[in-house]
Amino acid sequence: MQQVVSHNPAKYSVGDAVKVSERFPIGHYRVPMYMRGKLVTITKILGRYVNPEEEGFGKNAGNKLWCYLVSIPQDALWPSYTGKKNDRLEIEVFEPWLENIKTL
Amino acid sequence: MSKKHHHPHDAHAAITHDEKPGFYEILEISIRELLVEKGLLGPAEIREQIEVLDSRSPALGSMLVARAWLDPAFKQRLLDNGVAAAKEMGIDMYDDTDFSVVENTETVHHVIVCTLCSCYPRPVLGLPPDWYKSKEYRSRTVKEPRAVLEEFGTIIPAHVDIVVKDSTANLRYMVLPLRPAGTENYTESQLAALVTRDAMIGVKVLRA
Repeated sequence: MQQVVSHNPAKYSVGDAVKVSERFPIGHYRVPMYMRGKLVTITKILGRYVNPEEEGFGKNAGNKLWCYLVSIPQDALWPSYTGKKNDRLEIEVFEPWLENIKTL
Repeated sequence: MSKKHHHPHDAHAAITHDEKPGFYEILEISIRELLVEKGLLGPAEIREQIEVLDSRSPALGSMLVARAWLDPAFKQRLLDNGVAAAKEMGIDMYDDTDFSVVENTETVHHVIVCTLCSCYPRPVLGLPPDWYKSKEYRSRTVKEPRAVLEEFGTIIPAHVDIVVKDSTANLRYMVLPLRPAGTENYTESQLAALVTRDAMIGVKVLRA
């Protein structure tokens, strides 16, 4: 499923700690508000998919972007979380919404 | 209408469309009519697609689960590449979404939600139940999954980790539930009959 694009490799690797961008642009975005600004770990590189932010405005067959599965502990996501220690959430995030925390 | 036969929940009452259509209904009709007028889409294609949607039901998912329980090699293919494994069983992803199957184990329990809308593996499970699309389920499952599961009558033991899968873009998830104890001698069709839609969403665990 994963395409090999030598001139456009995925920026992040499995296990990388990254930050979800804390931006609030107007438009069609697939990053729920509760995830913005959160520190997450890359769980899986899903592949390249058409950018929904362009597709949502009729630019079909537009740019393909790397998309990642990321993971975050529930108690890091919700400070008042009352479940169990290892409970976690996994969600797909497109590359432009991830920031390298090492360079912050 | 005669008072004698009037009943608010009359199953035989005709469905009427005498209320004013809402904004999105008008938008949908307008776009559909424009597509037809411009020759981009025919009424027959629309009808056929509705027929495809209606032909899908949780029975397809149950079939995949039962096969995976009985055939370890198929289970591995299903977990590695859901689209290809479903195709083997004659199920095509008509909407070009990626189908991802996540396995529940003795130590991990998955539950599926789509906070942004109603992403759901429709090609394999059919249309989602209304509660799956409700704001309550969508907002609470990511925040307090154990409490939501308890309301479904599902108590996940403390030693089992919960993994909430929020489906936001290209993946459509289905849970491969744990095979219930006491089903060792079941046939494939007996196993498939055990598997429910709710177990494949991850809000229930199965019992024989």
